[in-house]
Amino acid sequence: MSSPSPVQRVALCGNPNTGKTTLFNALTGAQARVGNYPGVTVDRRHGRMRGHDDIEIIDVPGTYSLTARSVDEQIALDVIVGLAPETTAADRPALLVICVDATQLARSTYLVLQAQELGARCLVALTMTDEAGDAAPDTAALARMLACPVVPVVARIGKGVDALRTAIASALVTPPPAVPARWKPSPALADKIAKVRAAMPASWPASDGLALWALASIGDDELSHIPPALRAAVSATAADASDDDEAVLGRWRWLDANIAPLTERPLDRRFTDRLDRVLLHRGLGMIVFAGVMFVLFMSLFAWSDPAIAVVEKLFAWIGDLTRRVLPDGVIEDFVVDGVIAGVGSVLVFLPQILLLFFFLGLLEDLGYLARVAYLMDRIMRSMNLHGRAFVPMLSGFACAVPAIMATRTMERQRDRILTMLVIPLMTCSARLPVYTLVIAALFPSSTFGGLSTQSLLMVGMYAFSLITSLVAAWVLSRTVKSLKAKRLPFVIELPPYRAPRLRDIVRMMWSKTSMFLREAGTVILACTIVLWALLYFPRTLPDDAAGDETATAQALLENSYGARLGKAIEPAIEPLGFDWKIGVGIIGAFAAREVFVATMGVIYGAGDDEASLRKRLQDEKKPDGSRAYSPLAGLSLMVFFALACQCMSTLAVVKRETGGYRWPLFLLGYMTVLAYAASLLVFQIGTLLGF
Amino acid sequence: MQSLADVGRHRPVTITSVDGERGFRRRLMEMGLVPGTQVTVTNVAPLGDPLEIEVRRGRLSIRRGEAAHIRVKR
Repeated sequence: MSSPSPVQRVALCGNPNTGKTTLFNALTGAQARVGNYPGVTVDRRHGRMRGHDDIEIIDVPGTYSLTARSVDEQIALDVIVGLAPETTAADRPALLVICVDATQLARSTYLVLQAQELGARCLVALTMTDEAGDAAPDTAALARMLACPVVPVVARIGKGVDALRTAIASALVTPPPAVPARWKPSPALADKIAKVRAAMPASWPASDGLALWALASIGDDELSHIPPALRAAVSATAADASDDDEAVLGRWRWLDANIAPLTERPLDRRFTDRLDRVLLHRGLGMIVFAGVMFVLFMSLFAWSDPAIAVVEKLFAWIGDLTRRVLPDGVIEDFVVDGVIAGVGSVLVFLPQILLLFFFLGLLEDLGYLARVAYLMDRIMRSMNLHGRAFVPMLSGFACAVPAIMATRTMERQRDRILTMLVIPLMTCSARLPVYTLVIAALFPSSTFGGLSTQSLLMVGMYAFSLITSLVAAWVLSRTVKSLKAKRLPFVIELPPYRAPRLRDIVRMMWSKTSMFLREAGTVILACTIVLWALLYFPRTLPDDAAGDETATAQALLENSYGARLGKAIEPAIEPLGFDWKIGVGIIGAFAAREVFVATMGVIYGAGDDEASLRKRLQDEKKPDGSRAYSPLAGLSLMVFFALACQCMSTLAVVKRETGGYRWPLFLLGYMTVLAYAASLLVFQIGTLLGF
Repeated sequence: MQSLADVGRHRPVTITSVDGERGFRRRLMEMGLVPGTQVTVTNVAPLGDPLEIEVRRGRLSIRRGEAAHIRVKR
């Protein structure tokens, strides 16, 4: 028997929108795994090739070029070359499969030239041949020109995928063909390349191509793993834009002379053009856009409710059942109110996550998501946000958790983090029960200009959150160094409209969901249990305690560690118009904002009777006999809820998405300071004005 | 000289040079916007920006302010 052969790595690269994901799914079957590239919020997907257990396929994020200045751009090169010092030859892929779009032949071949310059063994998967029709290039001619195998595939129907697998396996065992140089550097550039090559670390594969990469990429960059000696060597050559031009223009000259003539026939764009005349139209296009966004929003905001109710009921039922089985006591309460309720509080996010990623996958596949960015860029740009931030921010009005996960549809790290930092300011649906309680309890039902003040207040809170989030994006992008806009072009492709593939969408929905459960769900569960313990222990009653169940619950909570914490922070929140009871409510609301209502219900001995809770809030008196909660205090409380990031699920998801504690802590910090300051201003100025 | 931002819709023009900061202009050129390439502004977004351009058989969206860095001739 032969020993198992070592696993060979194959990297799948290509421009965005070349059908790379569909091809990856077709090559790997159901065995793909999704992880994260270290330090960046980008999916790292890899899996064994179906029928070839010794071949691992790595999906490289879509890119137009391998030259890199930002952390995001470096990913592709890192997979191919491996710049980290601990990288060995075995870590580097033995073969690059590059997706070349038959409808965008010259542009997508640019990447092949760069990869070949780096000395990589390449194989071209020629995609979109069905779309190109008779404008598709001749495969044999393309293979001859590129000096590498070319396999035409139509991944969505599985055509050519078997042939591609065979070609991959055989390319790995045949010696790579010699690739002729496509352009010749001038003596001056050749000299710079030689100097930089001499300074490259020994762990890097020695090639002129990599030296040229370093020459173009290093300097005013955010790259990692670049040794200081190499930096010094690059800066000593005084490389500038004219060196870039030589390389870029050299490649394009060759492409224009040799590759472009392979596709002379015009492309049939009639279908896309006809649709775009409607969908990008000044009037009609905006109406369709509003309609699509309305459906997306309503599905998250309202139509996911039945599914959410099912999850909630299911866990309430499991809780009841468990209570019947377990003996009364701490263990029972821990299992039911801590663990079961905690698991429920994680799973309750699933309907919205699944729905949002269904829509995102559908719109992305259709080609409409790029159009959303195109239509909305003018508005988003004024806040230094990316056009693609629109859908995540809109989703934030339903729930920040799926919305933050949706920021992955943006290419740049800076855009993703900036959007993540402002999404939690949107009025999510968990804030509504709090606003409803406060408005109904503390604001008299009067009318103002024919409209009810209570409804006006609610609308006002929505407007307030929209304005603060946009202003926050503007301010953060100008003050936080790593969020400042880099002068990279906002050039996005408007791909042809294509039929979506349900199987790919379902697969993405599942991978997003399982990642959420695994990485954010565990944190949320742990936090739920901690919060439960805080409001549960020490479980001692004052000696004179007597009364019904509600009164006991009230007394127990009042004596809990959480309540003691609430009393301890009372001096700090008093200037905002809050007492310690509100303080306990705020602490409990970290589990989820709407829990505030339930906590207040217990603390006021009202149980879950909201009408009686409202009455008690109105009647609550300070020691001096005045009203404890004035409308002004209510407004201050709503402002606090609008701005504070008291939602551990949001923080858990930001931690998971950014891969560290830095951004979630920053988010918690800036929003807490903002909330405190704004509520302080509202209450103090309001008091001065005599409200 | 004219920039791509000043060209009317459906008038094919030829790129003469690409200006701007080093990383910015290199990225534009790598996407195929090199001198000598023919470009047509095919559409303007409903809010006046960005532009939709056709270049090398593909459609791209580019902001007006960025198109201003691309010099063109008729």
